[in-house]
Amino acid sequence: MSHDANTETGASRSSGKAAMAAVLHSPLALPLIGLIVVSVLMGFASDNFFSVSNIMNVLRQVSIVGILAVGMTFVILTGGIDLSVGAVMALSGTIAAGLMVNMGMPGWVGLLAGLGVGLGLGLFNGIMVAWGKMPAIIVTLATMGIARGLGLIYSGGYPISGLPSWISWFGVGRVGIVPVPVIAMVIIYALAWVLLQRTAFGRHVYAIGGNETAAKLSGVKTQRVKLAVYAISGVTSALAAIILTGRLMSGQPNAGVGFELDAIAAVVLGGTAIAGGRGLILGTLIGAVLLGILNNGLNLVGINPYMQDVIKGFIILLAIYIGREWR
Amino acid sequence: MLELSGIKKSFGKIEVLHGVDLSVRAGEVHALLGENGAGKSTLMKILCGILHPSAGEIVIEGKPHTFTDYDEAIAAGIGIVFQEFSLIPYLTAVENMFLAREIRTPLGLLDRRAMRKRAAEIIARLGIELPLDVPIRNLSVAEQQFVEIAKALSLEARILVLDEPTATLTPGEVEHLFHVMRELRKQGVAIVFISHHLEEIFEICDRITVLRDGEYIGSCDVADVDNDRLVEMMVGRRIENSFPPKTGPAHGAPVVLEVEEVQLRKGGPVSSFQLRKGEILGFAGLVGSGRTETALAMLGAYKAARCKVRVDGVEKRFSEPAEALAHRIGLLPESRKEQGLITSFSILQNISLNNYAKYRKGGVFIDHRKEREYTEAAMDQVRVKSQGPMSRVDTLSGGNQQKVVIARWLNHDMDVLIFDEPTRGIDVGAKAEIYTLMREFTAKGYSIIMISSELPEVIGMSDRVCVFRSGGIVATVEGDHINSEEIMTHATTGRVENVA
Repeated sequence: MSHDANTETGASRSSGKAAMAAVLHSPLALPLIGLIVVSVLMGFASDNFFSVSNIMNVLRQVSIVGILAVGMTFVILTGGIDLSVGAVMALSGTIAAGLMVNMGMPGWVGLLAGLGVGLGLGLFNGIMVAWGKMPAIIVTLATMGIARGLGLIYSGGYPISGLPSWISWFGVGRVGIVPVPVIAMVIIYALAWVLLQRTAFGRHVYAIGGNETAAKLSGVKTQRVKLAVYAISGVTSALAAIILTGRLMSGQPNAGVGFELDAIAAVVLGGTAIAGGRGLILGTLIGAVLLGILNNGLNLVGINPYMQDVIKGFIILLAIYIGREWR
Repeated sequence: MLELSGIKKSFGKIEVLHGVDLSVRAGEVHALLGENGAGKSTLMKILCGILHPSAGEIVIEGKPHTFTDYDEAIAAGIGIVFQEFSLIPYLTAVENMFLAREIRTPLGLLDRRAMRKRAAEIIARLGIELPLDVPIRNLSVAEQQFVEIAKALSLEARILVLDEPTATLTPGEVEHLFHVMRELRKQGVAIVFISHHLEEIFEICDRITVLRDGEYIGSCDVADVDNDRLVEMMVGRRIENSFPPKTGPAHGAPVVLEVEEVQLRKGGPVSSFQLRKGEILGFAGLVGSGRTETALAMLGAYKAARCKVRVDGVEKRFSEPAEALAHRIGLLPESRKEQGLITSFSILQNISLNNYAKYRKGGVFIDHRKEREYTEAAMDQVRVKSQGPMSRVDTLSGGNQQKVVIARWLNHDMDVLIFDEPTRGIDVGAKAEIYTLMREFTAKGYSIIMISSELPEVIGMSDRVCVFRSGGIVATVEGDHINSEEIMTHATTGRVENVA
């Protein structure tokens, strides 16, 4: 079944067996099974795991990487990659905080400027990849270095604290029992789903990842689409920065180191092909939550943090291996 | 020296070689001739163990051989220089020649001096000079070819196959290559030479074997034939497919597209042509003669040295196919899998790919109901046979895949459609349907450029034919002049004028 399994499954619903086959062949099947298996294991290992407060806690922890992974999904679907998301997030948050604290600007100006930084760097990546015709991995690696360096220069290497107190709402606020970052994450995923599944732009994203030459020859403006996906990734990095800034109540130039790898892991665990063309945004959400549960669960069980990285690494390998055999 | 007899080869149920013979003597240059798709490459792949024959035998110096792979063919004394080189561009000539069988010192280190000496000896055998110590990519195409030949000789090849070696060479370089071939002939090497340029055959070859549609047509001495006889052997008298009647453009039909000049490479030939409303203009020529590149250059998908296009009399420059589409010019590419279809997409998504502007709601969203209605209508119009619009496009037959690509353009009110190899890999029945569709299009006022390597198709469908050779148009024929002999003659022996 193709990646659009969720939009329409056609006539294959006619019998229970066919429906079962459709579920099992959906690209979401494997990530879901992984999520269930890991959750059950964690539930046995820790009494606390299935408590509402722990689940909300896990989702809140997941939110930042989860939001970064949205932009990453767009980019990877076109066959690209964005290594700069963690550094762009850090720079965006640092500049937002700097404008508020050092320049005395109103909070909303700082936040908008932060979004502008994310968008600007995303556009930069997109131009370099689509018109500069350079490999995405190199372009975004360079942007990662540039963004990280600019953040350190701007801040002198120190966190910028003393933000207006309402900023913390983005990081630790709640609506009812649901943390604000979780709400933000859900909204962003919903928007991404609409873009990918309900607009021509979304279809063009998949088309480029599926066969860029064919897309171009049939009249898709491939360069513009590529520019857009990197811009989206820049914006989601900046949105993640708002949550991060709210949680830390400071602009941290050193934040988010290695987050790009977690975001890529979430996308790939969610069943998106690293070569592009196939994958679902919902899968990325599942992948991000799966990673979060692993982190949370391994903590709850009290496993040495160094060992946790080793375990996570092997789990990712295993998941990808099973995914390959599955198809 | 080399005897191939009764070679047959089938891919699945389709037999592509129907019992071919080839006999090459030591110290001769033997031409293997035939149109595109006649079976030359398949035969050569069998000779060097890459493909396995379904029937027939290979005898080298009196000993029968069955090669299971390329290495065994090399061991038996066969060397082959493919059109695409198998050299590593960043290594030197010496390193390339000894790749994977490097001479080593007793310590296991590379014995560079020994390799260099051996390489120099072999290159001296060719009667040429070659820079041995610079990376291959800094050498000319011709020099790289000599390295390939030298590599084959260093493997003790006594039978050397050159697959269209002159296709990418300048006239001076061709002379140089012939000099090397004569040297080798003197040394008793048997050479199989594949070329489409008939004058080259007369210049360098001793004997000729002709294939046509996988059949062995015959062998003869070069001295016994002339140009016309060769073309006749290659083209033959074949049963014509059934084509819809030619309607041709209306009298005084306006020119919809004019290419004032197109030059693919700097220094190459400059061509021009016009396309009239309701006309099918055939682009004939051999593979690599520049037909596809010319079409792509018009659309902005290939960087030509020069390209001046007029659409309805107004000069236009397209930087990407999307702009050409906006001016109602569309392309149906030659390789459906690589350039035409998104194979992971459904039929619906493939047809929709450039049609979303037609079914939007709320400005940005896809109107899925309209999308489906439109797609089903388009599929009916081109008569796609499938399990429904949601089925994956890679489950379809070649003919139906081609119809999906056609359907994509139906709703665009196109003026010009460029069909590149529209019936490649398609069965006979589907071919006829595609031909009918093309005539339906011209009846509606579309103009069509049809690039095709199948002569019967070019002849049966085209109102006029531009014949390409070596990167440019060498002749444009119409009416009774659209026949296989004339087109093949232009395609293989026409004069090419180079313009600086």
